[in-house]
Amino acid sequence: MANVSMTVNGRAVERTVEDRTLLVQFLREDLGLTGTHVGCDTSQCGACVVHIDGKAVKSCTTLAAQVDGASITTIEGLANGVDLHPVQAAFKEHHGLQCGFCTPGMIMAAVDMIERHGGKLDEKTVREELEGNRERHHGC
Amino acid sequence: MGVEGIGARVPRKEDKRFITGKGRYTDDMSVAGMCKAAFVRSPHAHAKIAGIDTAAAEKMPGVIAVLTGGQLKEDGIGDIICGWMIHSKDGSPMNMGANPALAVDTARHVGQAVAVVIAETQAQAREAADAVNVNWQELPAVASADAALAAGAPQIHENAPNNLIYDWEIGDAAAADAAIAGAAHVTKLEISNNRLVPNAMEPRAALADYNAAEDHYTLWTTSQNPHVARLVLSAFYQVAPEHKLRVIAPDVGGGFGSKIYIYPEEIVCLWASKKAGVPVKWTADRTEAFLTDAHGRDHITTAEMAFDANNKMIGLKVDTIANFGAYMSLFSSAVPTYLYATLLSGQYVIPAIHCNVRAVYTNTTPVDAYRGAGRPEACYVMERLVETAARELGVSPAELRRANFVGEFPYQTPVIMAYDAGDFDASLNAAMAGADYAGFAGRKAEAEARGKLRGIGMACYIEACGIAPSQAVGSLGAGVGLWESAEVRVNPVGTIEVLTGSHSHGQGHETTFAQLVAERLGVGLDSVQIVHGDTDKVQFGMGTYGSRSGAVGMSAISKAIDKVEAKAKKIAAHLMEAAEGDIEIADGEVRVAGTDKKLGWHEVCLAAYTAHNLPEGMEPGLKEGAFYDPANFTFPAGCYICEVEVDPGTGHTDIVQFVAADDFGRIINPMIVEGQVHGGVVQGIGQALLEGCQYDPETGQLVTATYNDYPMPRADDVPSFDVSTTETLCPNNPLGIKGCGEAGAIGSPPAVINAITDAIGNNDLTMPATAEKVWRALSASAVAQAAE
Repeated sequence: MANVSMTVNGRAVERTVEDRTLLVQFLREDLGLTGTHVGCDTSQCGACVVHIDGKAVKSCTTLAAQVDGASITTIEGLANGVDLHPVQAAFKEHHGLQCGFCTPGMIMAAVDMIERHGGKLDEKTVREELEGNRERHHGC
Repeated sequence: MGVEGIGARVPRKEDKRFITGKGRYTDDMSVAGMCKAAFVRSPHAHAKIAGIDTAAAEKMPGVIAVLTGGQLKEDGIGDIICGWMIHSKDGSPMNMGANPALAVDTARHVGQAVAVVIAETQAQAREAADAVNVNWQELPAVASADAALAAGAPQIHENAPNNLIYDWEIGDAAAADAAIAGAAHVTKLEISNNRLVPNAMEPRAALADYNAAEDHYTLWTTSQNPHVARLVLSAFYQVAPEHKLRVIAPDVGGGFGSKIYIYPEEIVCLWASKKAGVPVKWTADRTEAFLTDAHGRDHITTAEMAFDANNKMIGLKVDTIANFGAYMSLFSSAVPTYLYATLLSGQYVIPAIHCNVRAVYTNTTPVDAYRGAGRPEACYVMERLVETAARELGVSPAELRRANFVGEFPYQTPVIMAYDAGDFDASLNAAMAGADYAGFAGRKAEAEARGKLRGIGMACYIEACGIAPSQAVGSLGAGVGLWESAEVRVNPVGTIEVLTGSHSHGQGHETTFAQLVAERLGVGLDSVQIVHGDTDKVQFGMGTYGSRSGAVGMSAISKAIDKVEAKAKKIAAHLMEAAEGDIEIADGEVRVAGTDKKLGWHEVCLAAYTAHNLPEGMEPGLKEGAFYDPANFTFPAGCYICEVEVDPGTGHTDIVQFVAADDFGRIINPMIVEGQVHGGVVQGIGQALLEGCQYDPETGQLVTATYNDYPMPRADDVPSFDVSTTETLCPNNPLGIKGCGEAGAIGSPPAVINAITDAIGNNDLTMPATAEKVWRALSASAVAQAAE
């Protein structure tokens, strides 16, 4: 068992978990943050993307114990209160989702992408950077 | 059209919860005391089960129960059914092999469930499942349909000699033969339609909770049709009586057909929740999804199209072998028959058509309806044939199609379907204009200068949606009716709840259905709540598939609104002492036409519930229900044009332009319709370029069982699409809707392959057209040219 403590969406949390507990399991099952999804077993679909210390990471291939002390942001923590993050608002405005299952991962990946490129993105870069996110609908 | 009514491009009401992580999918649900299930699955494609030793597993930490197929059988749980009876051409019924939810004597495909472990945690359940010792006795296996029909092939079900499920035909064989014999030109192709894995992004899941005190079950499940699930689970599998079973399909992350069916895991979780005395949850991992979600397509076809000297189509003959996998899934039998062969007239006048279909068992995952279901297979046959014929005849593919289009409606094809409305010239013209078809030669020359081979291909599809009148499908063998139900509940304050038997798993019903209500009753979208997916709330429904929710589901809502409107008008007329015929409902008001007399909508609604002053004899309340049975299939149709550039050095194909011109009848929300086309086209491009289920022919092992091995299209595999619509209204439903959910997946594969074969000058190419296959086809074509 491992004791883990981290900040999740601005709130300090501390739990004792099995060593093998994945971050996505920790978020979904221990903290009840079910907005982060699991769509595959091979780190390819990207439905589980969260931010660890501000960087987009697939939480299905990260152990909870690995991020002890880190600051985690999930889709539930992206909006500023009732104000949607601009990327959330853009997904709605431009019909960037259908069933919504891959959407949290897409949004978290998109926010990280925009930050890494300093807001300077073109279509080709966006398409290439979404290499790690799968969708069956469009954006979803 | 109002700003929120029919035709308005309004953002979706349901989006907020999905973009903020507040969607509620089945795996997000939990109940107190919930345990997890892990299934023991066959590692072999075909094997006898000589024994199952559960002793070691039962002693492992956290294990509550280990249950096997024998116990399931002892408890009287019924075998899985196929809901559509097909008779062979000799009159005999299809040969359906027994399909238990947990295999008892024999496993017939890799991944078939044979036992289940219920444990406190997922990890404990999995570890104990690994400790269940099954004494397997391997049998020879066969994976492909043609090999399964060959002499000496392993026999999969005792009651299906030569693995043949049925040998069915439609149309006039003698007339088709005569047309081919007397033809000026015959185009003949051998065509395979590759097997696909649906891969909804949300894996299937089930959470079953048995309440012993009430003798009542609740099942949360990833279903496109929760009422059908409840009916089948109770009436056929005897898991629980219908009035003691609540099925909830909450937010569902895509379906594409694969979540129509009632799978072993749902049956077993329900049964186990009573047997083990704990709520049981199971969620598929992705490899389980690859191994157990019903697959799609998998046809092998020989087709001949006959032309007279004026390039008119005079006959079509098609022979198809359909791979059904190891068991008959719920609607599998209907897919290569009434959803495939009946569409083989395409958009064309063809006087003589015959199609023969043999359905075959193999040691593979069961195959059933997948986005398009039979219609993509038919479209692929037709549009490869027509494009090939145009090349052979040396005429324009567009003009050959145009010369043979059905131009007058209604049009009765020789294969059951009666097309009710369409304008095929209009969609062809729109697509050609969008693609600058005339300018292709210039673009090809420019690409050649860059060392690229540019090709153009088209496909003119027609499909049949909504599904037909219940009496008609009943006469064709369906075990269910294909109507839809709706209930419109107006609250005393004038807000409205619409209960629908349709199910949204990405389609946006919460928005489009509310737009219909806004249009008809003059209220804002925020005053309308769409309720679906719960058998305790909605009385009954047939669910969502076959692009039916608009054409059939919304027609039911429209009928219920008619009744609400009529009653509201009666009440208003009474209150305002006016003639009922003079009452208008619009913009939140109920007015007497031509006067300044009016009431607020909410005042009329409140009057219905206070019942202080209603017309003589009228019941209080404002709530109406309706069932709508479609009068015919609907017939969405359109034209897709694809342009590709192939790199001759690597065989890699770039789709450089894709134009879709669709006729979906009336459109409720253009934004959502465009989204459906985008998604469908991407799936079709996936089939054409990337996706292909590979089984090892000797062992029946699924080689492509993860995203490492089964490529799905990504954002950088597709271009931006040019999507537009033309409109002829469907005359057979009150809204004129045809449906848009499947078209993209139907029209795009032949358009893509026609474009690639045009680019490389070799028509001998199968899907998925991977870089390797294209490179080999290109090399073969170069060798052939050198030989000439």
